[in-house]
Order: sequence, then structure tokens, then C-alpha cells
Amino acid sequence: MTEKIKIAPQDGSFSDVERIKTESNYLRGTLAESMVEPISSGINDDDNRLMKFHGSYLQDDRDVRAERAKKKLEPAYQFMVRVRTPGGVATPKQWLVMDEMGDKYGNGSLKLTTRQAFQVHGILKWNVKKYMQEINDVLLDCIAACGDVNRNVMCNANPFISSLHKEAYDISAAISEHLLPKTRAYHELWLDGEKVEATPDREMEPIYGELYLPRKFKIGMAIPPLNDVDVYSQDIGLIAIIENNELVGFNVLAGGGMGMNHGDDTTYPQLGRFVGYVPKDKVVDVCEKLLTIQRDHGNRVERKNARFKYTIDRLGIDAVKEELCKRLGYELEELREFSFEHSGDRYGWVQGEDKKWHFTLFIQSGRVKDFDGYPLKTGLREIAKIHTGEFRMTGNQNLVIANVTAQKKKKIEALIAEYNLTAGEHYSALRRSSIACVSFPTCGLAMAEAERYLPSLIEKLEVVVDEAGIRDKEIIIRMSGCPNGCSRAALGEIGFIGKGPGKYNLYLGAAHDGSRLNKMYKENIGEEEILAELTPILQRYAKEREEGEHFGDFVIRAGYVAATTDGTNFHKELQNV
Amino acid sequence: MKLQVINSPFNEEQVQLLNDLLPKLTAAQKQWLNGYLAATSASDVIVEEIIDHGAPALPAETAPQKTRTVTVLFASQTGNAQNLAQKLTFELQAKNIEAEVVSMAKFKPNSLKKVEDVLIVASTNGEGEPPDNALGFHEFLYSKRAPKLDHVRYAVLALGDTSYEFYCKTGHDFDDRFKELGAEQLLPIVECDVDYEEPAAKWFTDIQNILAQATNTPTAENATAPTATGGTDYTRNNPFAAEVLEKINLNMTGSNKHTVHLELSLEGSGITYEPGDSLGIVPKNNVQLVDALITALGFDANKLVTDKQVTLRDALINDLEITVLSKPLLQKIAEFTTHSDFQNIVAQTSVKDFVYGRDVLDVVEAYGPFSWNEEQFVSILRKIPGRLYSISSAQSAVDEEVHVTIGRVGYESHGRERFGVASTHVADTIEIGDTVNVYVHKNPNFKLPAEDKPAIFIGPGTGIAPFRSFLQEREETGATGESWLFFGEQHFVTDFLYQTELQAWLANGTLTNLNVAFSRDTDQKVYVQHRMQEEAAELYDWINRGAYIYVCGDEKHMAKDVEQTLIQIIAAQGNKSEADAVAFVKELQQEGRYLRDVY
Repeated sequence: MTEKIKIAPQDGSFSDVERIKTESNYLRGTLAESMVEPISSGINDDDNRLMKFHGSYLQDDRDVRAERAKKKLEPAYQFMVRVRTPGGVATPKQWLVMDEMGDKYGNGSLKLTTRQAFQVHGILKWNVKKYMQEINDVLLDCIAACGDVNRNVMCNANPFISSLHKEAYDISAAISEHLLPKTRAYHELWLDGEKVEATPDREMEPIYGELYLPRKFKIGMAIPPLNDVDVYSQDIGLIAIIENNELVGFNVLAGGGMGMNHGDDTTYPQLGRFVGYVPKDKVVDVCEKLLTIQRDHGNRVERKNARFKYTIDRLGIDAVKEELCKRLGYELEELREFSFEHSGDRYGWVQGEDKKWHFTLFIQSGRVKDFDGYPLKTGLREIAKIHTGEFRMTGNQNLVIANVTAQKKKKIEALIAEYNLTAGEHYSALRRSSIACVSFPTCGLAMAEAERYLPSLIEKLEVVVDEAGIRDKEIIIRMSGCPNGCSRAALGEIGFIGKGPGKYNLYLGAAHDGSRLNKMYKENIGEEEILAELTPILQRYAKEREEGEHFGDFVIRAGYVAATTDGTNFHKELQNV
Repeated sequence: MKLQVINSPFNEEQVQLLNDLLPKLTAAQKQWLNGYLAATSASDVIVEEIIDHGAPALPAETAPQKTRTVTVLFASQTGNAQNLAQKLTFELQAKNIEAEVVSMAKFKPNSLKKVEDVLIVASTNGEGEPPDNALGFHEFLYSKRAPKLDHVRYAVLALGDTSYEFYCKTGHDFDDRFKELGAEQLLPIVECDVDYEEPAAKWFTDIQNILAQATNTPTAENATAPTATGGTDYTRNNPFAAEVLEKINLNMTGSNKHTVHLELSLEGSGITYEPGDSLGIVPKNNVQLVDALITALGFDANKLVTDKQVTLRDALINDLEITVLSKPLLQKIAEFTTHSDFQNIVAQTSVKDFVYGRDVLDVVEAYGPFSWNEEQFVSILRKIPGRLYSISSAQSAVDEEVHVTIGRVGYESHGRERFGVASTHVADTIEIGDTVNVYVHKNPNFKLPAEDKPAIFIGPGTGIAPFRSFLQEREETGATGESWLFFGEQHFVTDFLYQTELQAWLANGTLTNLNVAFSRDTDQKVYVQHRMQEEAAELYDWINRGAYIYVCGDEKHMAKDVEQTLIQIIAAQGNKSEADAVAFVKELQQEGRYLRDVY
């Protein structure tokens, strides 16, 4: 038994969330009672904080909040449950269960998240446990899908090189497994697991300790030339280094993160800084040590400044490297060469080196449900029934029907046709390069619409790109309903961050491969101004772009915005014209 | 009428005090006093005091020597029969007839041997059973232990509703049984439909005249004058037009229910009410239904009818009942048609199955031709009754407002959508700013206990209404007694009536316990009685600590199941036989600790 993990005191008292964690007895709190209390479908704030560690939290249907208050009804409380799927991989059997549970307990749809996980909305308090139990039967869980811990580890969904994907996936799953909280609370609360006596701290949570991390922690792995996981946006970004068709190790990035608060320049999106190269057999260890640096040095006083990116900016990347070396007992190697082409997905059929086929479906905003004339959810269910490979959710909220045998390909093609599923051929490249977070009506943080609005805004922009003749030009366009960054809008060549109902800040100038943040171009504008601002820029881009020049680079060259060279200058130099 | 020692049950000093006070009272104060007396007499305190101590104080020379004592018994559920019985007693006393009014619940069966003249005012519950306060007496009377009543003279005034199959049955039960036991009938039984005021007044006059002759008391010229205590300013026939301040459908989209929360202004009316009282709403018929009916009849909508000389259409919208069929109505209709099917239907002993889900339009459409004209048609319809709704507010909390909670009744039957008259009138037609014709109906049998007594409220669905009123009152008055509510509906998300208010009361201690049952959220239907069963031990403890039990809502299923559960709980928790538990519940009822407002 080793000694209990102690966090050194910091200037100022720890935030209330730290108290909740301390008092929670390793994430139990009073959840067992709260979740069965019959008078409210909500739970108290403390328990809701803890609930996040179990992959779920309380929301309400904001569309009906005012109406319900008038009717003397409490808000339509419901739980969002995020199901952990390392690398975004799900078996057909798991898919079928997710599909069924969405109808049985949720609002009838599934959301594929920007972090390659399933999200289900609209689960009533009393059904959460049943939900967790039923998905557990197909080996899915929600442990650490939210909360101040390491989240779902992202992995490239690259279908081209199957053997590499397999290895990369195995490594990301191993990292995910290694960094899972070890408390038995999840099993006790949801799976009727046997109650375990609290053991001394290190044994209970050898990596985290009773306070867990100061804030959420995200790890993603990219395989060049695809940066579909937005590797720079991760707390730890791992760029696979392939030499002689073999995965040898990773370039390690640290301290990326998207979230910020409006009107607070001490908060900003930031990209990961290079730490060095690590051979693949040591990558789990490197991740653990980086995470413990954040555990020990992250800001526990101010949650809004608690992400790893602020810790690194405060300590300096060199000091972090030094500390990492101390904890590892060795230094990381020099960075190896790599190059990214883009961060989007490649749609349609491709054949892998092992002759298996992969079909990447376009799924607008990651929303899987049956639409009029487009029974997406039913179609995927029918495919899952006969599919023998796997499903891979991409970081762009799309879906790969992966590892299809040549024999099954025809059947799956027939189903794709029968249910009007699409690789997005008939959509503009703009739409195919779009991401929107959930936002209204379920997200408590939402300030403006995102998922429900972006498609119609794109429809209007499509008129512009069509006329300008750039329908096939991929321009990454992202919309978030608030500045917390779920859609990674700060990495959109066109980014929208919600300010209020119908109002957005418009950002321009991110790099197409995800290696540069964008910058605010206009503040707090509505649709009319959005179209009025973007139309001439898109028209000019169509005419004046250089060979192979991406939109995000063009707007900087044309002087619409200055390049954001580092997160710390994200809020500065609005325009350099 | 100025009170005198001769024309009232009061002595000199009381008469003087009353004569000093009464003329100075405003209408509202009189009304309040009236309600107060009616309400407190629920426990028979005031009335009995007047009888016990007032009557003997009458000067001896004014009391006829050979007078027979009149005992006025009432069997009352909602308070109508009780109010009538009290009014009758005052009128009798005003004529120097020695009379006392007693609730059947308080009437000791063995005093039957001593009574002389018995006047019974009895209402009937939905399925023909006696009101709660009369169950014991009714049972005794029909048992072998019932004594011979040769020495008794009696008369029965029966209240009922022709739209129910067992119209005035309880009144008939008493009439038949008194006859069987050898009592002498003073007057044939008189049946009153929902619009009972006129026939009741006539019966009062008739009975007083008979009693006056019998006791040789000269019929005074004021014999038919109503007493000062009679009625309220606003009644079914003289309702108050209350402005709608707020109207909310408490259910969310997706619910099978539509429950209207209505807030009405009583400003300027002087109307007062107490928690437990009901609000009468004088409804209007659905205009489309009226037009369809006129078309089916082939009548002229603008033809002037009735003495009031209103158009047929207006009369059918505002004054007459067209949505409920009853056997008497069918019999009257039968006089105007030769349709053999219809004659066969009317000839049946029970028309219950036929009238269910049918209205006047169904009959008109199916069984013509009819020989009636507009005037004849109108004359066979009864006046549209006011619909009573439990008041869901307390004046201590809402001042000059009254709130009601109305479940909209709408269903399809025989190929046409049917509407509950008042509920759909309110739910579909009335808007904020409109007025609704209302009057307060006192319910002295459904009142809060003393402020320190524990109370158990069982009110699923709109049955929650009076309990919202009770809880408002208990909160406002800082009552120290514990309160426990059992509420049920179909779905938690859409149907949890007054959820946020109940949560607040739970948080501030006004409500001690709250148990909820949502029947359609789970595979197995869960109702309030199941929640009671889960809490059996604590419930029994509360009952032993003197808790009052209140039930409000559906009579046919809920109230019966709840009572059965109550009996089971008492049997199991108290180690009693079922018979003992039944007796225990009956005793609670007699003590006024088990109170129901069911419909």
C-alpha cells in the first residue's frame, strides 16, 4: 500500500466541485437514493456533478421549460447518457442494442458525438439504471464518459490501412482502460455490484486519488495524413508515426482544448504543444504521467482555468517536459516527420489492404433517427442485423460501416439504396464538412441553436457556393451553441459560437488540417448578417484562391483576419487590414 | 322578518341580541355567518346547542302542551340535504314546533323507540347507495334489530339526479322501510331532481301545514315566509359572473388528460368559501351540438319559447339540459313518437345501458318522426344543472379569488364525439377575461380537522383539488398538524398536477409526506392504493394518532379500492379480523374522521 495522493494547496480555496468529489466516497455521493426519489425527475446538484463521472448528467427539455413552469410542472428533467466506445468502434450487436435502447428509454434517436461516442438524450431518471444494465449486457458502459477524468479515447477511423487501424485502436483502447477510474461505484450503483469496502486511496484510485482531475481530460490519436480526430484539440494528442508500413510510435502533443467563456480573455481555445516522440510500447506510460502532472498542478480553484492547456501555459511547456522526464525516468525522443492533409472524412466505399470494404456514411450532425424519406435509423438497424464487421464512429460525427466482406458488400449496398442512406454525394462539400453540437433543446449550456439550425444555414450558403462554382470545395464549417467547444468550432475554417438566441460570433481562418485556430471576424450577428458577410468572402475565394489554397488560409492572406498563432492570442488582433 | 320570542327558538335575551345584530350585517357578513353555522354544525355543535339549551328556555306558555317533537334526519353527501334539513328545522322552530336536526351519523338507533315525528331529507349516491353519513343508520334500519315504528309519523324528501339510474333510491329506501316498520306516512315521498329548490320549498310548506294542524298550532301568516337564514346571495338560479383571471391546462402535450386550472375573481361579490367547499358552475351547451339538434328536429332556431320568451337556440344553449338522458325524460319523449323500437326501450326496467353515451340528439336522430312543436319539446327538458367542482384554493391564500381544477370530459360514443357540458365549456370556450357563472356550494362534511390534527389526503387526478385548498389553508394559518398526500395520475412527465407547488410544500414542511403513483409509467399499473399499502405501517400509526382521512375523486373505482385497502391495512396492522376492520372504518366514518368527496 502506497501513500494517499495529496494535492498541494493552491492560492485560494478549492472550488465547490472539489468538495463534492472529496465527500463523495469515490463517486457514490447520495446517488443511490437520489435516483429513486419519486417526487422529482431531477437530482440535486452535488449528485449531478458525480453523475457525470458515470457518463451521464441531468438536462431538461428547454423547449418546454417555460410552458411547464406555467403548468406548475418542474422542468422536463431527463438524463443524457454518453456511452464510452474507445476509438468509436461498436460491434453490430452493440449497435442493435444502442438502437433499441434509444427507443426504449431515450428520445428515439442516437447522437454520434464529435468524440466518437454514442449519446442518448431524454432518459428518465428511473430508467437510467435499466439503461446502464441493458447496455452492460453487450459490454458497453458509461464509466468516465464525462466528469473530471480521462474521457473516451479517440482514434482515427481510417479505413484505408486496416492493420494499422487495428493496432492504433488496440493502443487507444489500452490507454482508455488504463486511465479508467477504478472505483467500484459504477458497478454498485448501476449493475447491483457487490458493495466493496473503501480501501486506502491508492488502491481505490491509484492514478486519480479521491479528487480525480481538476477538469475533464481528453486523448486522441491520429494516423496521418488524416487528422479526423482533431489531434491538436486534445489534452494529449498522439500522432501515429508510420515507418515502412508499420506503426512505430507517436509524436506527442499536450495541452489542446476548445472551451472558453464569452467575455473572459483568460479563457481561450488552445492547441496542443509538441512534447516529443515516444515509441508505441511506452505511450500508455507517457499518457499516465502527463495526466498526473495535470492532476497535481492543474488549477483546482478556478474551474474555468483548470484544463491542462492553462496548466501548461502557466508552467511553460519546457517545465512540463522536464517534469514529465522526471516522472518517466527518461526523456522523449526528437519528433519524427509526418504530414496531415485534412481533418474531414472520406465518404463512400474504399477497400482496405486486406481486401475488406468500408463504407463511410454522411450523417448530418451525427443525428441518427428516421427522417421523412430518409429512414436512417431503420436502415442502419437493418444493416447491423446482417453486418459481420464493425461500425466506426468518426470524429466528424459520421459513420463507417467497416470490414465488409466482398460477399456482404452487395447486400449492404442494397440496404443503403433501399433506405436512402448516403455518402453525401449529392450534398455540397461544405455540408459534408460540417459539425454541429447538440445545443437546444437538451443542453443546459446552450445559448443559441446548433444542430437544429446549421443544416438550414448551410442550405443558404450552398446557394452561394453553387453560384461561385465551389460546391466541391471542402470548407470546414462548425457550429457550437455555446463557447464550450463541443463541435470544435474554434478549428472551423468557418466557425460559429452561439451568443444568444439567433446570434453568433463568426470566426474565420482555421487551418484545413486542424493545425491553426481561427479568429473572431464578427461578433454577435444573426443570419442576415452572416450571409451578408460570408457571401462576398466566398465569392472572392472562388475567384482569387491560389492553387490548392484552403479557405482558412485564403481569409488570412486576403486580410479578413489575422492568423491565430497560439491560443493565447486567440482574442487579439481581430483584423490586420 | 323581525325575530320574536314567539316566532323563533330564542329566548328574550337572545332575540334582543340577534335583533340588534342582524339588521346591521352586510349581505356578505350574513352569508359568512350562514356558512359558519352550517359548517360548524357539521359536528352538530352549534345546532345541538341551540336545540339543547335554546329550546327548553322557551317560555312555557308559548309551548303547546301536547306537541309532538319533530326529529329532522338528514342523509347528506355534499351538504344539500343537510342544508335543507337545517333550514326546515329553523322554519319549524319558527312556528313553535319543537324540532331538532340530527345527522344520521349521530342519530342513535335506539332512540328510534322514542322519536315521534320524523322528517327525513335524504340524497342518494351514484350507484343508489346511501351517503356516507347514513350508511350505519340505513343498515340498522334494514336489519332485524330495527324496532317497530307504530308510534312514529314520518315523511321523506328525496334528493337525486334523474340522470342516474337509481334516482332518489335512498329516499325511497327510508320511505319503504319506515312504512314496513309500521310508521304512518304524513306525506307521500317527494323526489327532487338536481334543481331541487322549488319542490323542496313546496314540501316544506306542505309538511308544516300538516304538522301545524296536527298540533293545533294556528298557521301563522308568515307560514310560508322563508327564514332569514336561508340561502346565499348567489345561487344556481342567481349565479355570480366571475371573471376568469387565469386558465391553464395543467397537462402537457402527449397526455391523455386535459385538466383545466381556473382562477376566477370574486371581487365585489362578497362571496366567501372555506376549504372543502365546492364551486357551482352554470354551464352552457356546446353551440355545434345545439345547432345539430335544431337541424335534426327541423325546428326554427329563432322561434321564441318558454315564458321567458327566449329563442329556441338560446334556451338550448343556456338553460336546458340536452346531453344527459334519463328514464323520466325518455318516458316524456315517448309520448311524441310511435317508433316501436323506442317504445320497447322505454318499456325496459332499466335504461342504463341505453342512456350511457347517448344524448337527446341521438334519440331525435334515430326514433322519429316526432309530433312535438318547439314549445312542447322545450317543456320536457329539465333545466341545465350547475356542475359542482371542489374548490382548489383557500381564501386565506388567494383572497378574493377562487380556483377550481376541472378535468375535461370528452369521449367518442356511437360515432360522435361527446363532451362533458361544463368541463368542455370551460376548457374549450372560456378565455381569460371572460366570465363564468358561479355560486358557492357549502360542503360542511368535508372540512379540515383542528389545526394540530394529522390529516391524510387521498386525491388522485382532479381529486387533488380540495387538498390543494387544504394545504394552502394549512400553510397560511401555520397549522401544526401533519399532512400526508397520496396523488396519482397516468404519467409523471405530463400529468403530475400542481407538481411544483407540492414540491414546495414538501420542502417547507406544509406537507409531511407525499406519495405518488403513475399508473401508465410502468408495466404494472400502480395506483394510490398500492402506495398506501406500501406505507401500511406508517399509515396505521397516523390513524392511531388520530389522523383524519380524506378521499376525493372517482367514486366507482378509486374510492372503493382505497376503502378496501384501508380495511386491509387496518386488519393487517392492527391484527384485526376483516369484520373488525370494516367496523373500525365505519367508526372512523361515524366520528367524522373518514371523509369522502367522491363523484
